[in-house]
Amino acid sequence: MNLINLTAQEIKTKVLNLEISPLDIVEQFLNNIEQKDKTIGAFAHIDREYAEICANDLEIRLKKGEKPALAGIPIAIKDNISRKGYLTTCCSLSLKDYKGVYDATVVSKLREAGAIIVGTTNMDEFAMGSSCENSALHPTKNPWDLNYSPGGSSGGSAACVAGGLVPLSLGSDTGGSIRQPASLCGVLGLKPSYGRVSRYGLVAFASSLDQIGSFARNYQDLNLLTEVISGYDKKDSTSVQKDLNLNFDKDKTITVGIPEEYFSDGLNTDVRIKVEEALDYLTKNANVKTIPISLPSLKYAIATYYVIATAEASSNLGRYDGMHYGTRFDGENLTDSFCQSRTNGFGDEVQRRIMLGSYVLSSGYYDAYYVKALKVRRLIANDFQDAFTKCDVIIGPTSPIAGLKLNEDVDDPMSKFLLDIYTVSANLVGLPGLSVPCGFGDKNHPIGLQIIGNSFDEACILELARRFENAGHNNKIAEIA
Amino acid sequence: MTWQTVIGLEIHVQLATKTKLFCGCSLAFGDAPNSHTCPTCLGLPGSLPILNKGAVDKAILAALGLECNIQEFSKFDRKTIFYPDMPKAFQTTQLDLPYCLKGGLEIPLQDGNSKFIELNRIHIEEDAGKSIHDHTPEYSCIDLNRAGTPLVEIVTEPCIETAKEATTFLNRLRMILIYLGVSDCEMSQGNFRCDANVSIRKAGEKLGNKTEIKNMNSFSNIEDAINYEIKRHKKVLEKGGKIEEETRLWDVEKKQTRAMRSKEAVNDYRYFPEPDLPPLIINQEWINKIKSTMVELPYKKEKRFVEEYNLPQYDAEVLIQDRLLADYFENVVAKINGKPKEASNWIMGEINRWLKELKKDITSLGVDAKNLAELINLVGDDTISNQVAKQVLEMMIQTGKSAKLIVDEKGLAQESNTEELISIINKIIDANPAPLEDFKSGNKKAAGFYVGQVMKASKGKANPKIVNQVLMQELSKR
Repeated sequence: MNLINLTAQEIKTKVLNLEISPLDIVEQFLNNIEQKDKTIGAFAHIDREYAEICANDLEIRLKKGEKPALAGIPIAIKDNISRKGYLTTCCSLSLKDYKGVYDATVVSKLREAGAIIVGTTNMDEFAMGSSCENSALHPTKNPWDLNYSPGGSSGGSAACVAGGLVPLSLGSDTGGSIRQPASLCGVLGLKPSYGRVSRYGLVAFASSLDQIGSFARNYQDLNLLTEVISGYDKKDSTSVQKDLNLNFDKDKTITVGIPEEYFSDGLNTDVRIKVEEALDYLTKNANVKTIPISLPSLKYAIATYYVIATAEASSNLGRYDGMHYGTRFDGENLTDSFCQSRTNGFGDEVQRRIMLGSYVLSSGYYDAYYVKALKVRRLIANDFQDAFTKCDVIIGPTSPIAGLKLNEDVDDPMSKFLLDIYTVSANLVGLPGLSVPCGFGDKNHPIGLQIIGNSFDEACILELARRFENAGHNNKIAEIA
Repeated sequence: MTWQTVIGLEIHVQLATKTKLFCGCSLAFGDAPNSHTCPTCLGLPGSLPILNKGAVDKAILAALGLECNIQEFSKFDRKTIFYPDMPKAFQTTQLDLPYCLKGGLEIPLQDGNSKFIELNRIHIEEDAGKSIHDHTPEYSCIDLNRAGTPLVEIVTEPCIETAKEATTFLNRLRMILIYLGVSDCEMSQGNFRCDANVSIRKAGEKLGNKTEIKNMNSFSNIEDAINYEIKRHKKVLEKGGKIEEETRLWDVEKKQTRAMRSKEAVNDYRYFPEPDLPPLIINQEWINKIKSTMVELPYKKEKRFVEEYNLPQYDAEVLIQDRLLADYFENVVAKINGKPKEASNWIMGEINRWLKELKKDITSLGVDAKNLAELINLVGDDTISNQVAKQVLEMMIQTGKSAKLIVDEKGLAQESNTEELISIINKIIDANPAPLEDFKSGNKKAAGFYVGQVMKASKGKANPKIVNQVLMQELSKR
């Protein structure tokens, strides 16, 4: 039986019906991954041994009659999620051989749910980047076009789902790092509300923005994984005591706000066309009403994001000094060892952001940059709050472009910063955001539709994903030669 | 014109919690290096802090004891510090919105007046680990057992004028914190550390340049260091020199301060709000809950002891030094029918002597309040003499037995059986007729001989008062 192209739900059913054994799943999926990942490089570390441990555990539980929620489903997790005893390197030289000392809360939940974790996925170093090219390991290729990037920073997690290597994966999203690669790879990617999923064990980039989320090829699978990883965790003081309830009135008219700012000059025409087609489909077929809205502070979002994210990153990454763990480059003395370890251990983009963040926090500049950014963050939040008095969700493109060519603009970091224009505000405000595929652009590259919901209203955006299912963009798998 | 000294103090106090500020690791002192660590206090990738509510309880208690304004809304901030014993490369502390402002405490001055030492603020923060440089020749070692220990930093206004005032304040502060159970304030374990900011100026002039003194590990160090620094400032300024703003270390061997680092080259700590912790909200309900657990403050107790028990000021002062001893005193008094001065004498005298000699505290001495009260009552009702009571106390400490039991077992009760006494006395008079003659001829002192003999015959158990009475009675019959 060929399992590779099954949905997560189908795999689960077969496992629970004892039609296939967890070890068969490991065998088939790992063989496929080991072969095809040579082409796309979606994985940072393929862990057959770990997958077998998961499978053996599950086998015992199935024999006891247990029916865990993700039974036998192969899942890849981003390389910045801690796993006890296994490599968690954030695709950075500074953590090249670092093995997690404990399980992240999401890892414990996946294990409890009977998932089979097959390895970790490639990413921009410490989740900083939008193309996966900032990985210290290797670039990842977009399975739809090998000359193109899968996006980033969770590019590996998006690519392995798009290429059919696994049905589900986890990523993290600080400014669009789940939604943008989901869009570029033609899969669904959900960044939950801030506080919905425990960050315990997610290696911090920008603590007030980071959130773990899921990739899938259809909304049912996405719901399945989202339900497992969500929930309050006392180990994360910023997680929220609100239960995820995905039940939604199927007959309710959903009011969609269309922000004019999301359709301005920077948006590529092919993307605009597909997004408008999607909106057209929704209004005609999905009991959706659209209204124009405005988010006037959006023009400050990128600047605000890069001040706050880099400030927090400069602090969060201070610990990687080679002293207690990770890669050490010895210097003449203590300070020199710190400098050598950080200069050699971090890539250019990470160093750029640490410097930027240190600058905006330094005395004399703090008020002008950091404090001002916090104020603008509040203004942006107010804009969204106002908008949600008029509409249930906000829809626009996820990314202004359809394809991101590899090895382009490597010397122009600002051009990549600007690609985050539509995604960063959901992080600044803590809102849930989903990218769903809505077709292909001029050069046959996938395009994503972004649905931003009100705080903790994942149910509404996932309901829209359900109503959009028959538009025919789900379950697309890129053929990898 | 004379110089005026301006001193401000910063005191770091370790809160007496069982676990660290942001994780569940134990704070047991003296265990193997790095044995009390976890991903959070090691700063491992992906770890997160969880605020220890018990530490906030203690911090609130300190604020209440020092009559501060507890802030309903406060927050934590990160202070960037690159140092190997700071594994996250930042310290979590409170910068612009500390949980507690103002407050202070009154201290007695040498001239008999008193003075209010005002606090600027108290904030909660975590301690760093320890760097150990003399363990192996090639390496420095790091022990992170202390990393994440909960502290409060108490900052005074620059309103202290002499080194003596500083130490008087610190003494009182320390006692309050120990009383309330905020901290055990063991200076030798670094649980109570004080830095002093010192400057001098001519009256009416603006504040002079200040220096910060660190590394003072005892109250006498603190007094010496501040006095040294005042003298140094005067010497420099009187020669027309300038005081550099800097941090100086107290060298206890050489009894002098030396420059450690200049304030000009001060680190930029790049503070910003800690995103991993929500703001700290301390509502009135929480404050009331802590308030209800508060014990009486030492100086209120001192006043009460003088008023309620009619104790001399000195006794009250000695008794309140240790809360447990003060409680012990009150428990004894309650069981001896008044006579608080008796209890005070015993506690300040014999009990204190044994505590010192055995290096114990009142809870481990083995003589509880009930037992001491019993002993005091045995003296009070003339069952035993004061002298014998002291021996009984020693036996009580050694054996853990009650006073009564020891007196009974050893037969130490004073002889008050008069019939037996009469017979002994008459036998002694018969055997020694000479003093009787003297007595009859008017030499009353001659009776003393018989008293001595009777006491000897009773092996000290006879009650001298009764012996006297009976003897006079028998002599007059002759």
